[in-house]
Amino acid sequence: MSFILKMAWRDTRASRRRLLLYSLSIVLGVAALIGISSLGESLRAAVDSQAKGLLGADLSASARQDFSGKALARLRATGGEMSLGIATTTMATFADGSHRLMQLTAVEGGFPFYGEVEVVPAGAFARLAEGDNAIVEEAALTQAGISLGGEIKLGPTTFTVVGVLKKYPGQSPFATLFAPRVQVSMAALQATKLLNRGSLSQRTAYLKLPAGTDAREAERRLRDELRGERLNFATAEERKQQLGDALKNVFSFTSLVGFLALFLGAVGVASAMHVFIRQRLPTVAVLRCLGASARTSFAIYLLQGLGLGLAGSALGAVLGLSLQFALPIVLQNFLPYHLEFVVAWPAVLKGVGAGVGVSLLFTLLPLLEVRRISPLHVLRSGYDEAGRPDPARWLVYAAIAAAVFGFATLQTTSWKVGLIFSAAMGVGFAVLAGAARGVIWAARRARTGWLPYTWRQGVANVHRPNNRTLLLLMSLGLGTFMLLTLLLARAALLGQLQGMGEGDRPNLMFFDVQADQIDRLGAIARREGVPLTKTSPIITMRLSGLKGRTAEELAADRNNGLPNWALRREYRSTYRGALDEAEKVIAGKFEGAVPADAARVPVSIEESLAKDLQLKLGDELEFNVQGVPVKAVIGSIRQVEWRRMQTNFFFVFPRGPLDAAPATFAAAAKAKTPADTARLQRAVGKELPNVSAIDLGFVLGLLDGIFTKIAWAVSFLASFTVITGLVVLVSAVLMGRHQRVREAVLLRTLGAQRAQLRQIMLAEYAVLGLLAAVTGGLLAVAANALLAKFLFKVSPVPPLPLLAGAVVVVTLLTIVTGWLANRGVSNHPPLAVLREET
Amino acid sequence: MSAQTILKVERLTKTYATAAGPLTVLHEVSFDLRAGGSCAVVGPSGSGKTTLLGLCAGLDRPTTGSVHLDGREIGGLDEDGRARVRNECVGFVFQNFQLIPTLTALENVLVPLELRGEAGGEAEARALLERVGLGARLDHYPVKLSGGEQQRVALARAFINRPRILFCDEPTGNLDGDTAHAMVDLIFGLNRERGTTLVLVTHDLELAGRTQRIMRLRSGAVISDETTGA
Repeated sequence: MSFILKMAWRDTRASRRRLLLYSLSIVLGVAALIGISSLGESLRAAVDSQAKGLLGADLSASARQDFSGKALARLRATGGEMSLGIATTTMATFADGSHRLMQLTAVEGGFPFYGEVEVVPAGAFARLAEGDNAIVEEAALTQAGISLGGEIKLGPTTFTVVGVLKKYPGQSPFATLFAPRVQVSMAALQATKLLNRGSLSQRTAYLKLPAGTDAREAERRLRDELRGERLNFATAEERKQQLGDALKNVFSFTSLVGFLALFLGAVGVASAMHVFIRQRLPTVAVLRCLGASARTSFAIYLLQGLGLGLAGSALGAVLGLSLQFALPIVLQNFLPYHLEFVVAWPAVLKGVGAGVGVSLLFTLLPLLEVRRISPLHVLRSGYDEAGRPDPARWLVYAAIAAAVFGFATLQTTSWKVGLIFSAAMGVGFAVLAGAARGVIWAARRARTGWLPYTWRQGVANVHRPNNRTLLLLMSLGLGTFMLLTLLLARAALLGQLQGMGEGDRPNLMFFDVQADQIDRLGAIARREGVPLTKTSPIITMRLSGLKGRTAEELAADRNNGLPNWALRREYRSTYRGALDEAEKVIAGKFEGAVPADAARVPVSIEESLAKDLQLKLGDELEFNVQGVPVKAVIGSIRQVEWRRMQTNFFFVFPRGPLDAAPATFAAAAKAKTPADTARLQRAVGKELPNVSAIDLGFVLGLLDGIFTKIAWAVSFLASFTVITGLVVLVSAVLMGRHQRVREAVLLRTLGAQRAQLRQIMLAEYAVLGLLAAVTGGLLAVAANALLAKFLFKVSPVPPLPLLAGAVVVVTLLTIVTGWLANRGVSNHPPLAVLREET
Repeated sequence: MSAQTILKVERLTKTYATAAGPLTVLHEVSFDLRAGGSCAVVGPSGSGKTTLLGLCAGLDRPTTGSVHLDGREIGGLDEDGRARVRNECVGFVFQNFQLIPTLTALENVLVPLELRGEAGGEAEARALLERVGLGARLDHYPVKLSGGEQQRVALARAFINRPRILFCDEPTGNLDGDTAHAMVDLIFGLNRERGTTLVLVTHDLELAGRTQRIMRLRSGAVISDETTGA
């Protein structure tokens, strides 16, 4: 053993720096794995320690209507502290005349009981009770360009901004992005009369339970006791679990991106090891000749492979831990907490283990050759063993496949995802490897006689012995593929959103319009030159019966497979004479009008809800329309294009039976310019202050911002694979450097100019870069078409501009990297090299 | 095989499969060699000299026939078995030196002993390098040594495991005249001192003439086997 150790160490003497460089290929993969897992661990720890801050209370109960006396009594009977809050969405008007949809809230009592509230100045909440004062979320103030002491109009009331809200428990960053929070006193909220106008509002009771009370048990009891009250409950524990599950998913999938970088790096290490072993062939033969067994020589180089993996993984661990500082900055828009830096040793061990394991598995492939090197090489340098197939190779391939599958399954805790990931990786690598072999084949057969000598040499380098075509095409192709797929997916999603307001489609939506306001809204819109294109009555209702059984019975029966949310939710339905362009009947026939006193109203149901509620044509339903029972029958099933920016409905009734029911209205308009949008919003805000408006342009801006942030975070992770591809490229170029020096010297001896040598190199890397970019790009186009069709359900974007950009960038990057790594090749004095050869 | 015989070769044939069909490079070669003796194998290029040396030293397996080295039939051993035999009783000197480039002169010489797991051979390795005139170059890497010096390191390495038989393949083929003479003197000197059997493959008839026996090969067959006066 000591000889093996000694020999493994001594044998690296002349090539330690080079070997260290090869090991760099796995550094980024390991770093990504450790960085992502460590951050995941830190987040999990933060979620555990700050769980109650997610809700601000132990338990909450919310309702669309005022709590009944019974409900309030039961909630109070839990014995802890209770706080009541009201929230509604409404349009706010700022001093400069701009409008913004906001979440208007008021809370009485000690809420939040847990978690951190950050408001500037610190005592601002105490000032709410002093009159028409408001605390407004920072983002809204920044956007409107107002500061403390500024004014904000909500309904008929003008409030003075007395505080800037920076952090509040229970706030979702995405929800507040669309409707930032503005908090006023309960009395001031009531005085705005916004709640009296039928707008959607939510009452919430926040409970701080006595110490030692099990929140889940309390929730279960309250649910049973208040079954008919239509309350929604939430506990801090549930929020924690939901967030924990979501984080686990995010980190599982992002760590797969890291694993991909590691896999690519391992291919690079294996390729470097292959070249290294070829160079060590005479040494192995001498050792065999002097009596070393196959096992001894194999062990020497296996130890070196292990060393490579360990060195790369150790460097990766250091970089991964440093990444923990960077990742929270990159992901700050998605993190619910400020994170403390914690070294998660299990994550470090796992990352190092994956690095060493994967690189060792890959280096086994070239190392297996060592076992078969014959001592006869000392007598005949060209001697080669007859190419008998080596069954051990298949064992190693199987072990690699098992490792990929095992890792993906462990990370995602789903063997199906593990299988899909392994299969996708297998297909991706097979396509790239196949493309590389095709390129080598084509380069060998290409008629290049018409090309200048330097270009002929460059193209020939692609297929000559010891070429690095396969490795370069794989590493560069994979990097191009990943980055381009992300860019194309983002473009496809944004393109779909941008198309929403195009043509005749509406780009301004109004809701919470009362029945007595709809005509006036139409008149205002006409006056401002932006007539309404569509109005829809909205009637709130609940399902009270289904196929002869009550909704309560069905909800209590846990074996029928019917989702509780669908049985208990409040439906906002409409009635109209015809379907609109976002809807398509897929079964039955839509009836546009029936007599008001029809015994069974034929309704149209959305297809996914029909599936969830296990309803088919002819099934009977009963609705509770604000206290009035309405019997209905499924007359048609509709497909609805939910992504369209317009009001869509689960149930559509015909004209007639609901015409007299209390309704609010939603309306849509098509404004030609942003100025039209602003003018109409201003007019509506002034004359119908309770009416809320959504400007599609503004929403698009928000979504674009979110996508940009997500794309930035994902691109950051994908860049690990891309940079790994470049490291592999550099090490591949350096691997062949010795050979290049010899060739350059021979060519120079025969009279080649330096410029000619440079042109040969330029031609070779231009061909490789171009082919890698085109192969990776075409794979990305195919992947994007599949993603667009099956996952996003949008039309794929025309890829040509992005593809062309990628081809230019990747080709240039390859040429520059190749040139940098080959610098000085033509500077070697021919005599010195030729002497070395003898 | 008598106690005096170190190498016994019987009806040795080696055939390679080539694209053009089977190619027989050695055909039914038989001879034996007494311990302590010296023998040169000569013949034109392609006559099968190196193949014969490889088979006798256990670097390859015969297609048919047998090789008994130091009393063991090595054709029946697997590669690791033959490696053990080489380590225990064979020394090599090659035309192109075959030193390990990443090891110093001293480390190169020690490799056969280290492979055996024998410690404490350093004094003997130093003595051998002194003996071949490289006492001052112990820590030099092969790339820093001249061709003659590299071949002397190879010779020291060949004798470190006290081999029963030394195989030399064109030991002076890459050396100039003076260096070659010095090298030959060393080989024969050490051979005498240590009582090793010497098998020499060479084109050089003058060198062959210094051995006790010359075997001539042509087209894979022994065409003459004569004793010299040496």
